[in-house]
Amino acid sequence: MRNGTEPIILGAATLLAVLGAAFAQDELFRAHAWVLVAVLAATTIVLMRRVEFAPAGQTLPPKDTSGYMDDVIRFGAVATLFWGIVGFLVGVVIAAQLAWPWLNIEPWFNFGRLRPLHTSAVIFAFGGNALLCTSFYVVQRTCRARLFGGNLAWFVFWGYQLFIVMAATGYLLGVTQSKEYAEPEWYVDLWLTVVWVAYLIVYLGTIVRRKEPHIYVANWFYLSFIITVAMLHLVNNAAVPVSFLGVKSYSAFSGVQDALTQWWYGHNAVGFFLTAGFLGMMYYFVPKQANRPVYSYRLSIIHFWALIFLYIWAGPHHLHYTALPDWAQTLGMVFSIMLWMPSWGGMINGLMTLQGAWDKLRTDPVLRMMVMSLAFYGMSTFEGPMMSIKSVNSLSHYTDWTIGHVHSGALGWNGMVTFGALYYLVPKLWNRERLYSLQLVNWHLWLATLGIVIYAAVMWVAGITQGLMWREYDDQGFLVNSFVETVSAIHPEYVMRTVGGLLYLGGAFVMAYNIWRTIRGDVRQEKAMGGAAAVPAAAPAQ
Amino acid sequence: MDYSTFRQFADSWGLLYMFLLFIGVIAFIFRPGSKKVSEELAQIPLKEDAEDV
Repeated sequence: MRNGTEPIILGAATLLAVLGAAFAQDELFRAHAWVLVAVLAATTIVLMRRVEFAPAGQTLPPKDTSGYMDDVIRFGAVATLFWGIVGFLVGVVIAAQLAWPWLNIEPWFNFGRLRPLHTSAVIFAFGGNALLCTSFYVVQRTCRARLFGGNLAWFVFWGYQLFIVMAATGYLLGVTQSKEYAEPEWYVDLWLTVVWVAYLIVYLGTIVRRKEPHIYVANWFYLSFIITVAMLHLVNNAAVPVSFLGVKSYSAFSGVQDALTQWWYGHNAVGFFLTAGFLGMMYYFVPKQANRPVYSYRLSIIHFWALIFLYIWAGPHHLHYTALPDWAQTLGMVFSIMLWMPSWGGMINGLMTLQGAWDKLRTDPVLRMMVMSLAFYGMSTFEGPMMSIKSVNSLSHYTDWTIGHVHSGALGWNGMVTFGALYYLVPKLWNRERLYSLQLVNWHLWLATLGIVIYAAVMWVAGITQGLMWREYDDQGFLVNSFVETVSAIHPEYVMRTVGGLLYLGGAFVMAYNIWRTIRGDVRQEKAMGGAAAVPAAAPAQ
Repeated sequence: MDYSTFRQFADSWGLLYMFLLFIGVIAFIFRPGSKKVSEELAQIPLKEDAEDV
């Protein structure tokens, strides 16, 4: 018998979830446990259908475990695309809710519950799956070794999807510990810890049994992302549950310590999840797509260590002008400004990889996408340190400028580099000659770019409007504007922001169609990109 | 150890340790002969497709 253990374990887990629902201390935990029962029961049934039996007196032929383990990466690529569209869609919905408040549907689909669903879906579901599948791909190729741990990689993948589903359904039900980007309650956090440790084991194990003597720099970035996220997750989520079968827990920290711990976590989620991990992607996929080695390998190592040494201290800039001691605020600001150096060093390293191959940008829209992502990386990592300067922050803090900044980084850098990596990966993973259509990649690129530009531009306008209106005093020393006046002043920007989001989502649908046709094995007959490049070069003179 | 002692240790010896460690890393990256080595290492992702596991 093969594949027999998994449905037994999942069946037992389903039973435990039923018990959790039966003995729940509160209604929210009961509802959440029933969600878990439904997910686990469905998975058990699917797995039962995969059990194989050998005919009497014979044994099953052994499974092929040579070569790279790519099945789990194929699932990861599709999951990345799926969660991306879910996350972008929810983003468009909440943007519309801000512009037209009647779209808030109580109690499950109001802004307060959908907003963490959007942030977690794009960062942890879309970004997380992108990091999982590309890291598994890159570590195998650059170590020339099969993934360590056999089916453990499958556990990491499906365990992570379960984390996403439990986190997302929890938000909709109203389960939250109200820590930004760390909203899931204690029991979901514990599950993520188990999955993350398994991820670390798979990744480290693969590196340990590598055939390449040197560990390529992309793996350094991925590994630092895995280790640091583990540390951040454990410390920030340290909490005492009120009861064993209830949703509520209390943080181990209180007051300003809690706030600082939260933003130490929050900023390093940006620094190590959205930056270090995605830089791992950049250092592999940009050289591959350009077919040139990275501009300077030594610069990439300086980039790595500077990022590691500096990023971890930048968190306090989220707490300017709060109860946090002044020296800590200044520390956060100074380290943020120093981050200019590694960020721009890394961007230059990525862009200069195209040195001597810039002509490829005319014919290769996938490479264009990667270059666009690096441009946005440079732009948002310039903007961020600038916003962390206290006097700038006094204008920008709590305004939509911050939202615009985050989106130029997330949509521009993280989104575009992920799209580029997926466009590179899908034909490789499914053994296709090329993508279904390069023209559609180009459409995706410009839809997404236009969407981001609209989004960021209107959020600058909205944010600065808010900041100026909030700080406007009359000659008697009274505030000139009520809060609601500052809200109605930026209504047009909110509407336009929704349009920007729609364009970005539209681009993602174009991508989904293109990827689906590529996986099916279709190739679109189309004109080659770059005009003159399509004509075969004239034979050199004899 | 109370807060002030801890803080004082962190912003003196701790800071010095981290700074020297970082300088050490940079010095190691620019050690003589590292340019040639790093140019070879940069080729790792490009050569892998030809070979198998």
